[in-house]
Amino acid sequence: MAESINQKENFLKGIIKENPIFVMLLGMCPTLGVTSSAFNGLGMGIATMFVLLMSNIVVSLVKSQIPSKVRIPAFIIIIASFVTIVEMVLEAFVPFLYEQLGIFIPLIVVNCLILGRAEAFASKNNVWSSILDALGMGLGFTIALTILGSVREILGSGSIFDFKFVAENANTFILFILPPGAFIALAYLTVFFNKISTKKA
Amino acid sequence: MAKKKDTFINMVVSLFVITIVAGLSLGFVNELTVGPIKQGKIERKINALRLVVPEFDNNPVEEVKMIKSDLAKDSVEIYVATKTGENVGTAVIGSSEKGFSGLVKLMIGFKPDGSIQNIEVLEQKETPGLGTKMKDDKFIEQFRGKNPSTFNLKPKKDQGEVDALTGATISTRAFSEATQMAYDIFVKESSTSQSKTE
Repeated sequence: MAESINQKENFLKGIIKENPIFVMLLGMCPTLGVTSSAFNGLGMGIATMFVLLMSNIVVSLVKSQIPSKVRIPAFIIIIASFVTIVEMVLEAFVPFLYEQLGIFIPLIVVNCLILGRAEAFASKNNVWSSILDALGMGLGFTIALTILGSVREILGSGSIFDFKFVAENANTFILFILPPGAFIALAYLTVFFNKISTKKA
Repeated sequence: MAKKKDTFINMVVSLFVITIVAGLSLGFVNELTVGPIKQGKIERKINALRLVVPEFDNNPVEEVKMIKSDLAKDSVEIYVATKTGENVGTAVIGSSEKGFSGLVKLMIGFKPDGSIQNIEVLEQKETPGLGTKMKDDKFIEQFRGKNPSTFNLKPKKDQGEVDALTGATISTRAFSEATQMAYDIFVKESSTSQSKTE
């Protein structure tokens, strides 16, 4: 069965056709919470992608050893361990990002994107397909968070990746770095994204 | 490989193995990161200290004094900076819970005469773009060189002398309160340490 999967398709689906944010609307909590700047979005995306990749690999390796009645607790333990590792490593080596992301790092555990991929994909497919699935989904997630973060940062603080392009005292749409701005920006981006991707298809 | 059956033994064993492996790997990573995390925290403190007090050559972080005071919930950290044995300044961690979204934590550097050298924001969760401007030089500048015994540390709205941040009076109030608290502790502490040496 594993051979029948088109690997290129498998990788690309996470970025466009099944983009976790703009199409499946998964993992909304960190999406709305941390994307007040492009850098935060990128950092969160990469942290999530790493956890997703590792958990997909491990789940697909041990899938036959886990009785199906206890598979969810087993997946959660695997995911939570990787999240804790990411948290410790970030605190030790990238303290700046660690402080910015704050509570949202431990919350990666309950990001339904990760458990969703473990349950729906990695527990049924081989390691290689699972790696590609994780990379595609993770990349789609990262790209979406970075775009959302960029839009909010450009409108809200008049800068991108902390590079300011408006005057110090210029008035910006502060609304966009506040929580309501996250909903507004996400909604418009989702509409925009789906318009483009359905036209292609 | 056939899927393991849902027998009681299988479930117990598989969860047991997974938790053991997870525990071991977490312990291993913790061993690796505990040092850098501690080091980073100390470095950030020293960097903040360098910003708020004049040049020093001792290690204030190691000589930190923890003061219990009625003015604050937890004990307050006081760092004394000395150069060739002489007191050049004191940094006090001041905090206020009255920020727009809770805790505002500052490090305030006082010269030996009690005037403010500089202020560094350590922790805040204020509104981005409004209250977070408390980190800007433009706002902090008005505190430099002022002595809180003559400078009324309250926003102008509360009959004080602090120019509030636009749209962030509450954040300004918390900032001023934290500074005032640090000053009160600084005064109390320097008077007790003086009476000890005399």
